[in-house]
Amino acid sequence: MTRISLTVDGASVSDDVEPRLLLVQYLRERLGKTGTVIGCDTSNCGACTVHLDGTSVKSCNVLAVQADGAEVTTIEGLARTVGGDDGLHPVQEAFRECHGLQCGFCTPGMIMQSVDLLKNNPKPTEEEIRLGLEGNLCRCTGYHNIVKAVQHASGQAEVTA
Amino acid sequence: MIPAAFDYVAPTTVEDALAALAQYGDEAKIIAGGQSLLPVLRMRLNAPEWIIDLGRIESLRGVRDDGDAIVIGAMTPHVVVGSDPLVAEHASLVAKAVEHLADAQVRHRGTFGGALAHADPAGDLGAPALALGAEFVIAGSGGTRTVAADDFFVDLFETAIGEDEILTEVRIPKRTGWGATYEKFVRVAHQWPIVAVAATVRVEGQAGDRVFAEARIGLTNMGSTPLRARAVEDALVGQPVTDDAVRTAAALAADGTNPPSDLNGDADYRRHLATVLTRRAVLDAAGA
Repeated sequence: MTRISLTVDGASVSDDVEPRLLLVQYLRERLGKTGTVIGCDTSNCGACTVHLDGTSVKSCNVLAVQADGAEVTTIEGLARTVGGDDGLHPVQEAFRECHGLQCGFCTPGMIMQSVDLLKNNPKPTEEEIRLGLEGNLCRCTGYHNIVKAVQHASGQAEVTA
Repeated sequence: MIPAAFDYVAPTTVEDALAALAQYGDEAKIIAGGQSLLPVLRMRLNAPEWIIDLGRIESLRGVRDDGDAIVIGAMTPHVVVGSDPLVAEHASLVAKAVEHLADAQVRHRGTFGGALAHADPAGDLGAPALALGAEFVIAGSGGTRTVAADDFFVDLFETAIGEDEILTEVRIPKRTGWGATYEKFVRVAHQWPIVAVAATVRVEGQAGDRVFAEARIGLTNMGSTPLRARAVEDALVGQPVTDDAVRTAAALAADGTNPPSDLNGDADYRRHLATVLTRRAVLDAAGA
């Protein structure tokens, strides 16, 4: 067992963990943060995307021990990063407005990656959005409304969904 | 989905990491960014008893100017390499290759040295490192040694790094003002290239009368290691920057290669693809 201490969605947590425990398992099974989901076995799908010290990572591809001392933001704590404890983050709101989901399983990862994308490129083109989300797979929508949601969140598209 | 149990140590200096390697020997595996290793561990294709994490060694991160070369620390994340002004100015081929390597999440976490040490023949960094004549600085208990790119890649997933050694940094000779393009062909987004071509060229002369003065070209996934397309390089020098001249030279791209056959394409398909991608890469690198 290895002792880790980190901040998750604004709360300080400390635990003894097996070194092989993945960050996504730690979030879900120890902290109950099941908003972050596991969509694949191969680190392709991006559904488990969280922010580790401010940048997006696939939490199935990080060991919990590697996150020792880090600050983690999950989909559950995203709204509080913009001071909206009770509401939605603007990107969450945009996905809702544009119906950027169907079954919703990829949505937590899509939103976390979209927030990262917009942080680095506040006015992305459609091409840049598609490239920026290439590590996130959706099996329902064909990505159309997801891309539109990101455009809407960046203030570039009217809601037509 | 869950790796086999292992013990974990995260040293903060290269010396401590080398000591851990010496102590645990072949029962240990080094983790850099982990973007290739963790999937391997999860699928239990490998089950080391010890994981030595280099992620806490600050001295292995960053890009610096070293006179006629730039030096990239082995633990520098791809995203940092891709946006570094020294890399853009003096080794633009590396910047181009990193730009579309894997996906954004992997580029945040994966490292320059980790990817090169992993030596996946379909990895995006081997061919640019080879084409640029990179030098690999490798630390061991007896000190450090430097290995030329031509000698670094030994075989599939095998490099010149010994079991008791650690890749600490990569020196890349400056090629300031050279044009560069990394042209890769993938079946679906964010996958490994079926074939990719790393081309960097120096062009002389005025518009309308431009010729190739120098060319360096690396091939990805055309054999068990990255390969140089030397026949193309030699054929380009002195030639005008025209479609015809580049097409003729690029036709030699598959000379001396031994590409794999798999579900994405057989060896003949890859040989043809190499000539097409080489033509595109060289023309683009020359600004044509």
